[in-house]
Amino acid sequence: MSTNLKFDFEVNKENNTIVLKREFAASLELVWKAWTTAELLDQWWGPAPCRAKTKSMDFREGGEWLYCMIVPPELTGAEEEQVHWGKQVFEKIVTQKLIIGTDVFCDENGIVNPAFPAGRFENVFTEEANGITLVTMISTHNSFEDIEAVIEMGFKEGITLSFNQLDEVFRLSKSI
Amino acid sequence: MMETRRDIFQAIADPTRRAIITLIAVQAMTPNAIAEHFDSSRQAISKHLQILMECELVTQKQQGREIFYQLEVNKMKEIDSWLSQFRKIWESRFNQLDKVLLTLKNKRK
Repeated sequence: MSTNLKFDFEVNKENNTIVLKREFAASLELVWKAWTTAELLDQWWGPAPCRAKTKSMDFREGGEWLYCMIVPPELTGAEEEQVHWGKQVFEKIVTQKLIIGTDVFCDENGIVNPAFPAGRFENVFTEEANGITLVTMISTHNSFEDIEAVIEMGFKEGITLSFNQLDEVFRLSKSI
Repeated sequence: MMETRRDIFQAIADPTRRAIITLIAVQAMTPNAIAEHFDSSRQAISKHLQILMECELVTQKQQGREIFYQLEVNKMKEIDSWLSQFRKIWESRFNQLDKVLLTLKNKRK
């Protein structure tokens, strides 16, 4: 389905940014809705078999999206599922165009954990021809070490993709 | 004593070091031959090579009286695999979003 849709991924070491560009075969209106509505975010934000679950969503400038990522036991080898809390704080919203804010790790009450790096994100939505919408996500971090930490963390949550890959991943994370 | 942290990401965080990597990816080179490609002083290049060695991206080998620097290709592959895992997480998310969008579209019809 998505074979012809663009997906660019770039890590810039000079300015500590990660840039993701992805096209979607849907109107700007729908894509915007899927990125800004809690019930819809819950359906895709957790990379399977992880799940994202919204606790609260206040989509306005100064508002927050508080959610958790539920990691099933088979991924971690633990007995129970693990829950990681995170939130996005919205600083600037231009409807169907732009969302700027910060990504932070926190507890279930939204209290920020300063031990984990915060990142700024800038998501730009652009309508293209033929019903295609492009989303450009620029995520900026304070240092390259922060990017490593984020990648490593995403790693831990998201090593999901197939169980065959797990061994490989564990081998790599040990050797780095 | 302070211990400095060295890893492969630090190695590639600098443009000169990336240029050195590209250079010796083709063939092992002596420090003089490497320095000829840059405006920086030999001393500066040695420093970069030192960091690359500490990150285990580059190793030395002695050939006759000369020391050659060579790239550790497997170490480079680690960087690649690491980033590609991160990419896959987003790929997985976006594929799910494709499905959500398709469902939304079909509901409208």
